Amino acid sequence: MSLAFEWLLAIRFLKEGRMQSWLILAGVTGGVAIIIFLTQLINQLQGTIIDRVLSSQAHIVMRPAEEVVLRLNQSETLTAALIQQRGQRLRSIDQWESFAQLARTTPGIKAVSPLATGPVFARNNLASKSVVLMGIVPEDYLKVVDMNRYLVKGRFDVSSEQTVIGTELAKDLGVGLGDRIQIVNEVGVVQNLTIVGLFDINNKDLNKRWVFTQLRLAQSLLNIPGGVSSIDLTVHDLFGAKLLAQRLSKQTGLLVESWMETNSGLLNALSNQTVTNSLIRVFVVIIVALGIASVLVVSVVQKQKEIGILRAMGATQQQVLRIFLMQGALFGSLGSLMGVSLAFGLLTLFATVYKSPDGSMMFTAQLDPNLVVMASIVAMLVGILAALLPARRAARMDPVQAIRS
Amino acid sequence: MNPILQLKQIRKSYNIGTSIETEILHGIDIELSAGSFSALTGPSGSGKSTLLNIIGLLEPPTSGELVISGKSTQNISDDQLTKLRGLNIGFVFQFHHLLPAFNALENVMMPSIIHQQLEKNKAERRAQQLLNAVGLASATQKKPNELSGGMQQRVAIARALMLNPPLVLADEPTGNLDTHSADDIFKLLERINQTEGISFLIVTHDMKLAQRCSSRFHLVDGCLSQSFET
Repeated sequence: MSLAFEWLLAIRFLKEGRMQSWLILAGVTGGVAIIIFLTQLINQLQGTIIDRVLSSQAHIVMRPAEEVVLRLNQSETLTAALIQQRGQRLRSIDQWESFAQLARTTPGIKAVSPLATGPVFARNNLASKSVVLMGIVPEDYLKVVDMNRYLVKGRFDVSSEQTVIGTELAKDLGVGLGDRIQIVNEVGVVQNLTIVGLFDINNKDLNKRWVFTQLRLAQSLLNIPGGVSSIDLTVHDLFGAKLLAQRLSKQTGLLVESWMETNSGLLNALSNQTVTNSLIRVFVVIIVALGIASVLVVSVVQKQKEIGILRAMGATQQQVLRIFLMQGALFGSLGSLMGVSLAFGLLTLFATVYKSPDGSMMFTAQLDPNLVVMASIVAMLVGILAALLPARRAARMDPVQAIRS
Repeated sequence: MNPILQLKQIRKSYNIGTSIETEILHGIDIELSAGSFSALTGPSGSGKSTLLNIIGLLEPPTSGELVISGKSTQNISDDQLTKLRGLNIGFVFQFHHLLPAFNALENVMMPSIIHQQLEKNKAERRAQQLLNAVGLASATQKKPNELSGGMQQRVAIARALMLNPPLVLADEPTGNLDTHSADDIFKLLERINQTEGISFLIVTHDMKLAQRCSSRFHLVDGCLSQSFET
C-alpha cells in the first residue's frame, strides 16, 4: 500500500499552517528535551552520589550475631518478664576463614576483606584521641575501598610499624607524615606507629577516627588473637546487595547488612527523586499530547472544506484518518529528534557551568542510547495517540457538510 | 446509446421518523446518455443541490435506485462508493474549491494521487495537457490565490477531467464569475464535451446557458416539472 497521497497531504497541511506547526513542534521538542535532560541529569547525579557514598564503605558487612539473653526454661510460664538487653562486646567471627571463603565463592561478590576493628586511643605527647583501629590486610582492603584515591600525602603502606591516618586526626594530634604516634588499647598496652600516609575520605568524622594498621597487630591490640570483627564485601550489582546479604545471612547465621540497609535514608531520598522524575515525565507527556491534539483539532476545523473536496474526489475515510495520524507521528518524531539535540546541548551547558567544589565535573554530557530510543518511541506513540481523536473527526466528516461549511 | 446515469424513483427525506420529516425529492427519474450535455435548472430550494449530491454519490437517497456506468449503487460499502465516485464522476463546484496548499498542476493531479492511477511522470504530463487545454499553460506553478476567479474555475475543470471520468457534475460553475468569464467557461465545457465525449450535468440558474445544453431538466418543489431534449 502506497502512502504517497497521505504523506503529501500531511506535510503540505503542516507547511500551510506554519506558525501552528512550529509552535507545537517547539512544544514537543521542549517536552522530549526536558524528559531526556532531567532523566540523564538525575541518573548521573544519583550515580555520582552512590559512587561517592559507596566508594568509602563496603557494600556488605558480615558481623558476628548479636549476643542475646536466653531463657533457661522455655516451658515455664511467666506472666511478666523484664529482660535487660545484653551489652555487645567486641567479638571475633567464629570460623571467619570459612565464611570469608564462602563469600569469595558466592557469585556476585567482587572482593572480600577481613577486618579487626575496635576502639583504642591515639596519643601524641599530651594529645589523646579516641579512635577506631582498622586492622586490615592491605591488598584485600584496597579491593573493597580504594584508599589510594583518598590519599592526600604519602602512601597507603600499612604494616605492624606503619600507619595511615585521616587529615583531621593528624591536625588534632599535631602530627604529620613521618611522625610517630602511640596507640593505646583498653588495658594500657602501647604500640608506636610511624605515619606513612594521610587520607581525606570526604567525611570529617572518619578523617578523625580511622587509624589503619596491619590485621595481626590490630588482633593483638584488640585482644581477639587470630580473629576478625567483620568481613567487608563489595558486589558487582549495587542494587542486588540486599538480596545477597540476606542469602549470606541465611547461609552463615551471621549478622549480614548491605549498604541499602545502613544507608536507608539515602536510598529513600534516591527513590523519592526517581518518583518525582517519573511524575514530571508523565505530566510533560500529558501536556505534549494535549498540545498536539489541540493543534490538530484546530487544523481539522480549518481544513474541513479541503477534507470535503478530497472526499468528493474519492479519498476514503481511512486515507483522511491516516493524514492526521501521520501529522501526529511527524510531530512526535521530528520533535524527538530536535528534543534529543536540545537535551544534549543543555547537558553540555550544564556540565560546563556546574562543577563539583573541587573543580571536577559533576557529570558528563553523554546521552544514554536506550533513553533516547525510548523517548523517541514514546514521543511518536504519543503523537499518534493524540492525533487519533482529531483524525477520526476528520475521517467521519460528511463531505457535503464539509464543502458547504 | 448506453445511459451513463440512471435515476429510478429517487426520493430524499430529512428528519425521518420525526414530526418534522420533510421529503425534498419526490421520485425523480432521469436518464443521461453517454456524451450528453445536460442542464439541471430550478428555483432556489427546489432540491437541485440535493439531487446533484445524490447523483455525485455524496449522500444516499432515502429510496430509489441510482445506476452509474451500469453499476447499481444500492447495497455497496462506503469505500466502494467512494471509489466509484472518484473514478466515474468529476466535480466542478461554484467556488472551485481548489486546495490552497498546492499549485495548479498539483491540484489537477490530485485525483490521480488519491487513486494512484498513474505514475507521477504520466500524471504530470496528463495534468499539463489538461491545463494547456483549458488555456492555463503558463500558470501551472501558481497557487490558487495567485489566480483570478475564472482561472481557478478552469483549474477546477481540468482537475475534474484528470481521470477521464464518463460524467462531470458542475454545480453553478459560472455562478461566481462575470458574464464574459462565464461565457468562456461554458464554451470550454461545451468543447470538452464535444472533443472528449464526456457527459456533463450542469446545475445553473442562467436560463440562457441552460438553453445551450442538449437536454434540460427543470426541478420544482422536488419534482421534475419539465425535461427537454434538443
